Amino acid sequence: MQLYLPIAEVSVNIFLLLGIGGVVGFLSGMFGVGGGFLITPLLLFIGIPPGIAVATGANQVVASSISGVLAQMKRKAVDFRMGFVLLVGGLLGSWSGVGVFAWMTALGQVDLFVQLSYVLFLGLIGGMMFVESARALLRSRNAGAAPVRRSHVHTWVHGLPLKMKFRASGLYISVLPPLAVGALVGFLAGIMGVGGGFILVPAMIYILGMPTKVVIGTSLFQIIFVTGFTTIVHAVNSHTVDMMLALLLILGGVIGAQIGAQIGLRLKAEQLRILLALLVLVVAVKIAFDLLLMPTELYSVTPVVLP
Amino acid sequence: MIRAAALLFALLAAAAPLAASETIVAGLSQNRVSITANYDGSEILIYGAVRRAEPAPEGPPLEVIVTVEGPSTPLVIRRKEKTLGIWLNRDEVTIDAAPSFYAVATTGPLSRVLSSTEDLRHRITLDHAIRAVGIAAEAADSPEFVTALKRIRLADDRYRLAEGAVYLVEQTLFRADIVLPANLTEGDYRVRMFLTRSGRVIDSQERVINVRKEGVERFLYLTAHKQPLLYGIASLILAAVAGWAASAGFRMLRR
Repeated sequence: MQLYLPIAEVSVNIFLLLGIGGVVGFLSGMFGVGGGFLITPLLLFIGIPPGIAVATGANQVVASSISGVLAQMKRKAVDFRMGFVLLVGGLLGSWSGVGVFAWMTALGQVDLFVQLSYVLFLGLIGGMMFVESARALLRSRNAGAAPVRRSHVHTWVHGLPLKMKFRASGLYISVLPPLAVGALVGFLAGIMGVGGGFILVPAMIYILGMPTKVVIGTSLFQIIFVTGFTTIVHAVNSHTVDMMLALLLILGGVIGAQIGAQIGLRLKAEQLRILLALLVLVVAVKIAFDLLLMPTELYSVTPVVLP
Repeated sequence: MIRAAALLFALLAAAAPLAASETIVAGLSQNRVSITANYDGSEILIYGAVRRAEPAPEGPPLEVIVTVEGPSTPLVIRRKEKTLGIWLNRDEVTIDAAPSFYAVATTGPLSRVLSSTEDLRHRITLDHAIRAVGIAAEAADSPEFVTALKRIRLADDRYRLAEGAVYLVEQTLFRADIVLPANLTEGDYRVRMFLTRSGRVIDSQERVINVRKEGVERFLYLTAHKQPLLYGIASLILAAVAGWAASAGFRMLRR
């Protein structure tokens, strides 16, 4: 069954869209990532114009994240306080990120900038996470049943002022790191059009020292607002949100998120981390290959964006 | 005096065949395409007849060309080059206007049906439909960019050349079936029909097909452009409601 998308002005298969939404939603429910870094390439692959893929993908991410957060809230696995602090940083970061994105678009090199950012951040973070979680997994297998508790490791981060109690995470740390982490993630979200979960989740685990159990829900909570903000900005500035496309992606996504959350709860923390690390690395390698190998079509046609 | 009379006579003699020339009487199966939610392309039948006062002249046969042209937009074409190990966009060329859709259908091979001077005068084939003034200054091999545009859009079925797709019966009746693709842009699509003999255009006709979004498609498109903030907020509410509904639904299923 084909559906004509009014803003994208292309006709696509309904089941294909539901499927893409479902897969991305599943990953978001399981790992606490928004899924934006997957949804944009998938939509581009089926022929949706880039601007619309980014903006409508953001819209879908909001829905999956809400679905995922509600699932996590049932298990009391969301730290709202931390979420709010991250959120404040996130909105500020997103605002400046969108500005830089607009500047890059004017230069005509936004694709390259986005690709390089993806490869750099995904590669770095994926690599670090992979190493850490592989070590943790091996340690837990050798040491027996009890896994090593990481939550009371004190780093330089814990020496900063303006401390606040984050009961759900079991932390008493300064608000500055969460604000900074939120801002960095928001900035990258504004540039890459993603929720930033793939950076937020490792940052929360390794920089802030939050337990993995709380990280997923809190990350989703922050993503809701940052991607919601991004959606509005795209809708108002460039009219690139296609509600019909969003509706189908969302339908698939929210169901996928629920299933993903259930399966994620059954995995051990180390297993989740290593799977996410692998996923992130695979995407980073794919984008790196795209940059290094000669593309099949050297020329690209884009409509002129009127100021 | 005699020279003037001779000139006048020559003019009259030349005018005589013009008065008895062939003209097109044409029609379209539909002059309005409504893009609804499940739009999957449409087929337009372009038909017509040749009206002539005298029987068809001897010699080369009559040929028919039909073109369908979608709305034109400015485009930027970029080319990737390997720089410092990675492939990135380097040169770019701005096209003033290129049609979003362009189909040319003829009764036979284009070289036989149309001469290049007539093509230039009436701007029939694709090369003349793409307006790219001054691109020579933008890049060293700018014609390559236009060739790439044509190649990309030909592969995408946005540009089409269908030689032999127009059926001409007994030099009088013609029909052409043009399939409009599913990925259609809204606008006025110009249909032109040409009668040619020995590569020269004898007569031409023009019709317009209105392609418009209808119903919910139109509503969403207009709202997105006229009330973007409301539209954005509505998208978010949709997302929120869907997220909550899925969560509630699963909760009920699990019980």
